[in-house]
This record gives sequence, C-alpha cells and structure tokens, in this order.
Amino acid sequence: MSAASTAEPAFAAKTKTGRFTDFVDSRVGGSGILREFGRKVFPDHWSFMFGEVALYSFVILLLSGTFLTFFFDPSMAETHYDGSYVPLKGVEMSVAYNSSLDISFDVRGGLFMRQVHHWAALLFVASIAVHMLRVFFTGAFRRPREMNWVVGGVLLILAMAAGFTGYSLPDDLLSGNGLRIIDGVIKSIPVIGTYISFFLFGGEFPGTAIIGRLYVLHILLVPALILLMIVLHLFMVVIHKHTQYPGPGRNDNNVVGYPLGPVYAAKAGGFFFIVFGVLALMAGFFTINPIWNYGPYDPSPVSAGTQPDWYIGFVDGALRLMPGTLGDWQVEQDWFGYVFSFNVLLPALVPAGILFTVMFMYPWIERWITKDDREHHVLDRPRNAPTRTAIGMAGFVWYCVMWAAAGSDLIATHFGVSLNDVTYWLRTLFFVGPIIAFIVTKRVALALQRKDREIALHGRETGRIVRLPHGEFIEVHAPLDEYKRYKLVGFESPEVLPAVPNEHGVVTRKEKRRAFLSKWFFEDRVAPATPAELEAAHGHGHAAVEAPEEAKSLSH
Amino acid sequence: MGNHSDGSPNHSGTVATAGQNEVEKFQDPGIPPHRLRLADTDPKAAKRAERQVALLFGISVVGTLIFLVAYFAIDLGSGESTIGTIRLQNMLLGLGTAFAMLGIGTGIVHWAKALMPDHEVSEERHAIRYEEDRQAAVRIVDDIVEETGIKRRPLIRNTLLGAVALAPLPAVAIFGDLGPRPDEKLAHTMWAPQDGKLKRLARDPDGTPIRAADVTIGSAFHVIPEGLNELHEGKLNEKAKAVVLLMRLDPDSLNPSEGREDWGYNGIVAYSKICTHVGCPVALYEQQTHHLLCPCHQSTFDLTQECKVIFGPASRPLPQLPIAVDDEGYLVATSDFKEPVGPSYWERDMHERSVNS
Repeated sequence: MSAASTAEPAFAAKTKTGRFTDFVDSRVGGSGILREFGRKVFPDHWSFMFGEVALYSFVILLLSGTFLTFFFDPSMAETHYDGSYVPLKGVEMSVAYNSSLDISFDVRGGLFMRQVHHWAALLFVASIAVHMLRVFFTGAFRRPREMNWVVGGVLLILAMAAGFTGYSLPDDLLSGNGLRIIDGVIKSIPVIGTYISFFLFGGEFPGTAIIGRLYVLHILLVPALILLMIVLHLFMVVIHKHTQYPGPGRNDNNVVGYPLGPVYAAKAGGFFFIVFGVLALMAGFFTINPIWNYGPYDPSPVSAGTQPDWYIGFVDGALRLMPGTLGDWQVEQDWFGYVFSFNVLLPALVPAGILFTVMFMYPWIERWITKDDREHHVLDRPRNAPTRTAIGMAGFVWYCVMWAAAGSDLIATHFGVSLNDVTYWLRTLFFVGPIIAFIVTKRVALALQRKDREIALHGRETGRIVRLPHGEFIEVHAPLDEYKRYKLVGFESPEVLPAVPNEHGVVTRKEKRRAFLSKWFFEDRVAPATPAELEAAHGHGHAAVEAPEEAKSLSH
Repeated sequence: MGNHSDGSPNHSGTVATAGQNEVEKFQDPGIPPHRLRLADTDPKAAKRAERQVALLFGISVVGTLIFLVAYFAIDLGSGESTIGTIRLQNMLLGLGTAFAMLGIGTGIVHWAKALMPDHEVSEERHAIRYEEDRQAAVRIVDDIVEETGIKRRPLIRNTLLGAVALAPLPAVAIFGDLGPRPDEKLAHTMWAPQDGKLKRLARDPDGTPIRAADVTIGSAFHVIPEGLNELHEGKLNEKAKAVVLLMRLDPDSLNPSEGREDWGYNGIVAYSKICTHVGCPVALYEQQTHHLLCPCHQSTFDLTQECKVIFGPASRPLPQLPIAVDDEGYLVATSDFKEPVGPSYWERDMHERSVNS
C-alpha cells in the first residue's frame, strides 16, 4: 500500500492517486488508519442494512432539517395569516404555524423538504426498532456487545424524543392536542407534576413558551446527543468488528465477507443514495402531516380519529386501554387529601418502563442464566435459540397490542364493529397476547429445528416417487452437500445447567432461581445432528420415509 | 414429515441427555468454493453490465434536470398558483430527486455486485485487548487510586462526596424561573362573575351570546365565556380551561343530584369540555344516547347521570357549569365551576375544597 511509505524515503508512489495519498499521509499521518480500514472485511447480509438505513435517515434528517430552520420561526406570538393558502386567509394563528404554512406554500421546495424531513423521521425510528429486533433475535447483544446494545436502546429513546419534539413544532391543531395529552400525563405525576407542567409550559397550558423551548431541544440538544451516541455506537462496532451469520467457514475467530474498499464501501455508499431516493419518492407522492387541513391550535376543537406519529402510538394505546373506573370504583384515588391519578400514571409509565428495563437488562439476564461469558461473533439463527426468540416475540406482540390500541377508534370504524368491543378485546390481548405469542413462537422454533435435523440427516425431498419391488411407494431424498449441511448442524445448543453449590457448599436461593430459569430455557432443546447420527441414518440404506422413527430411536 | 410422537419435551428427538460426553460435531468444511459470475467469464456480459451502470448514472442526470425544471419553471408566486400547482411541483421535485438519487445508488450497487471482485475473504479477529495491556490497565488504575490515598483518608473522600452531591443543586435551582408557581391558577376559570356581573354563554368561535330560546331539545352548542375573544393576553390559556358544551335534553331524563337541581335551565345543561383524563376536548355528542365521547382516548360520559364516566380511561365526571337566564333571555353562568376543570393534578382536591369554602 502506497500509504505506508513515510518510513522509507526510497519509496516513491507510482500512480497519481498513490502520490496524492502519500502527500496527505505525510502531513496528517493517516497511513495506520488506512491500513487498518482500507481492506477491513465486512460480512454481508440483508438484515445488516437496517442499521445503515437508520444512519442514512439521520443524515437526511440533518440535511432537510437545516433547510427548514432557515424558514421556521418558533414564536407563539399571534398573527393573522396572509399567505397563499386561501382557506386560512385572515385566520388568527401563531407565528410558528404561520411560518410552517409559508414553508409549505410559499417557499419553493419547502413542502418537499418538510415531507422528506417527516418521512425520514418516521423511517429513522422504524429502522432503529427493526435493527434492534434483528440484533435481539440473532443474539448479537451477547458479549462483547452488551454495552453497544444499551447505547442502541438509548438511541431509540432519543430518536423518539427527537420525533416528538419536532412533531409539536408547527403548532397545528393535531400536535397541540398531543401536547395537551403530554400536559395531562405530566400533571398526573405525584407531588411535582403540577410544577413540572408549569415550568415546561412557562405557566398554564398552552402558554407562549413551549414551542420555542421544544425547538431548542429539537434542533440542538437532542440531535447533539444522538450524534454522540452514534459516534459511540460506530466506534464500538469498529472495536468489535461486525458479527456474522453462521455458515461454513465462519466461526468466532474470523470475519468472512467483502473488503471495505471497494466492494463494501460501494454497496454501503450506494445504499445511502437508495435510501435518499426512496424517501424522496415518498415525500413526492405521499402527503404526510398536512398541517393546513388541521388549522392552528385551539383548545376547543379536535378532529375524530386523531393519531400520534407511529412511535408514540404504544404509549397512547396504553392510555386508551386502561379503564378509569371499575364498576363504580374510581381508579383515580384521593389519599391524604392528594390526588393519585393511577388511571394515567400506570399506563403511561408501567408498560414502557417494563419494555425498556427488560430490553436494557436482557444481555445480562441471559448471561446470568447460561453462565456463558465467552465472546460471540457468530449469530444465532432465531430458531436455534427458541426461548429467547419466544421471549422477544412475546414482548413484540405486547408492544403491538398497545400500538394497535392507539387506533382502536379507526379499527372500529373501518371494520364496522363496536368501539367498546375493540377495547375489551385489546384489553384481553394485552394480557393473553404475549403468552400465546410465547407458546406459539417456541413451538414453531422447535419444529423448525426438528425439520433442520431431518433435512441434515435424511436430505431434502426431491419430489421423485419410486415404487419398490414389494409395491411400497417412497419419495427419494437427496443428500445435502457438506456446505449446506453445515449450515443446519453447525450451531451451539446450550444445555440446562443445574444449580451448583458455592464455595461454602451452599446452593443459594439465587442459584436455585438461576437453575430454574436455565431449565425453563433449555429443557426442551433440540440438539444439532451429529456425524454419528448421519452415519446411522445412511446405514439403513435409503434415506427414506421411515426416517423420523429412526431419528427418534437414535436419540436415546 | 414432523416427528408426531413427540409429546413431552423430554422425549423429543434430541440427544440432550445430561452427563453424556461431548457429542461429536460436524467438521466445518470451510468457505464454499467461489462461483464465478457471468461477467467474470464472458467479456460481453461484463460490457453489458458496464453499459447498465452507465445508463443508471445517466438516469440520475435526467432526475437532476427534472428537479431543476420543476423548481424554476413552476412559479408559486403568480396569482394562478393553487394547491394543485404546489402538489404538482412537490411531485416533480420528489420524482426528480428520486431519479437523481436512485440512479446513483443503484448504479454504484450494480457496479459493485456485477463488476467488482466478489471473492469472499476471511480475516482473523483480533482480541479486543491483549492480556498484557489488560493487566497493565488494571495495575495503572490500582496505582492511581493508591497514589491519591483516597482509601486511606476517608475524611477527604466523604467531604468530597458531600460537596459533589450538593454542587449540582444550583444547576437545578437556576431553572426555577422557567415558569411561575402554579398556586391556585388551575382552580379558577373565566366563568367567575366579574364585578358582580354574571358571564354570558357565547358561541365558539364567534363569541355571540346564546339565548335560552335558541337552544332546542336535542341541540348542542360549543360555548366560550363572553369576552374571551376580546382578551389581549392569555386567550388560549383561558380558553383551554373555560370551554363548555351546552345541550338541551328532556328535563325528565336528567337526574340532578341534591344541591345541583338549579344548575340547569329547562333541561339545558352546561358541562366542561375538557376531559378529566388528560385534557382533550370532549367534542363528540351522541344525541340519541345522551353520551359525550372524547375522541382522543374514548372516555364516555353519560349526560343523564351528570356526566359520570361509563367507559374509557377517565375517572372523574365532567365538571358542570351552573347556569341560569338573565333579564334579556340570555344564558349566564351563575358562578365559576365548583371544582377545577381538566386533567387531575396533585393538589386538585385541595383546590376543590378551597373553591367550595
């Protein structure tokens, strides 16, 4: 590499780019970095692109957001609209809403940039969420990546904060009602709730301060924190190197993939333009947040079918699901002359609290149960970790039930069913849904593992039916080549770890609990097929339809 | 082809028997042999791929041109421009950007996939840190802690902890002027009589007063206090507390509780429009069932039971505004609400008691 030339004066780069590289390097000393990264190997898989989508949407958010700041005025002073959107002519509104309308109707390309910004924000949170699901279900959070998992979780929260602060800025009717709900939730906080509400809004709701304050948070504080977290996140990715899916030739000591330059850089760089292009298409063709239809914020009207942006939906849904009265008993309680608004506090804090706490702690929970402190760089296929996959699906379904509840009125009107019934069903699913999801997912994962075993041992179905001399029909199975087989058998399958006494010879309560969970995790595991089993399967001549019984008899 | 006899987990088709020796594993066959692409073997295919990449880049150029034409040729400033013009421009800007970006993106990716070497290579992972470094790092931290003597001098440690714990307090306190103290502001609305004059009920948003005679059975009015629109400051703040729904029902269907018999007039009743859940406007009136419904979280209130909650997440009934008719036949509020309106808050009960005392 021409960049490594500083130490040897005799070395002379032969090409023009080589001389340029040398010129820069001899002044900034980047040869070490280039040597490390220029050909660094990155594994390739479609599911690794979600994180890239998130990163690229963030870049697009910064670009489009900067444009919007040139025209947006976060003042809540009153003004009368005099722009080119006729239906609102002369209407009294805040300067913030006025300038949002001007961006939409009087700044050329302003509407386009607003829509790019809003779509990119929705995609940003969505891609972070899907990326986290990928990381969870493939076990990529295991050592040494636990801390990066936490940084990712913080990024998700920050992304939601960025989204919500931005959503409120245009000061339209819809987002104003969103703020009204936030104010109601804040007021339900015991002891300090009323004060926080007054401090946030600079007095009574809505006041004249909130838009300006949210604006500073939205364009300065939150993006700076996001940027910091992204730097940390990527720094750790570099330290750890990327994980890879299991397969022939891949193990915990190597990385198999394409070198950064040129192939991987080209693919990843090109992908930025693809994400940008898709967002531009959406912004051009699909209206998002048509604030001119809602009108300026006014505490009196509200339109039916109001919806928050999708990532706030699960909290709004939880608020809807909580009953405020049980029979004649009020969930809101007056104790010692003070108000405890459990009907607001519980749904606003508890589900989100549980989701994020379990999410942040999960790497350590699983490490404790499995006592597995090794480094993992090869991912699990979700089916090969059935209990983890089932836990993830239970959480995912729980989230989705709450999210669906945020649209309970739309479900009722679209399907012509009673709103109350929809709520009753969703309340039931809130409790039952995760349990069903857990059981179904675990069974499906175990079934897929057994299917893998069978294919590994007896080959794939060819669809060729053969009649044997004694009249029996069998379907011929074709054996797999060793690369395909290794994909099905080359995985780790942790076993139940019974409780062991500590150095004093005592089995502690905690250890018993760990052993119980270990049993719950792994007692029904399906072990990967072994060469001996394969030998035995072939020993029976045809790998044919009797196979399952053979596998069973072999397994004891 | 499933193993149907697998009833219990312990008898599933596994080899997971405790105490068994390490089960023999399949050998890793290594990275599968590389398969050449068409473009690697056939120069014609390579040439074709090259042309395709160039074509995609060309499409990008076209996209940029579409954007520029749409930006400069469509004039928003002219008197003719309508929402249709803006939609058209927005669509063309989106289309142009999409072509410009997707052309470059797909071109580069196609180039990488079809023409750049696609040999998968394997690279060793290095340890995140080396044993020697690790021990040195631990030793250094220990040395640093030792040299400060913080463990041997608890007085220093404890006073430092105390100082550091208190030091952020000014940083919290300095935000004290973010807002005024709440005091009892939430307990009062504009409906309180001013200088002995009762406030008339006026239509939202134009502010014209409402005659009792105009309110027919089954009708509903969105109501604001008279004089709200003339406020110069804090109009929205007052409106956020004072908005009211006015409805007229058959007087027999109302069941006023003791002390509230004269809060209505001839079946006309007025209730706060701000939901007791988290404060959305309870804007939907179901005339047939006499229910009020909040569109945000679907709390449902029954008018015939003094707006008791019959469904949804709200806990408390909507506060009722006591009304009467003045000499000229207009509806007036005889007093402010007898309790704080809107979402509950910590001091609400205290305020309710002080309002009624």
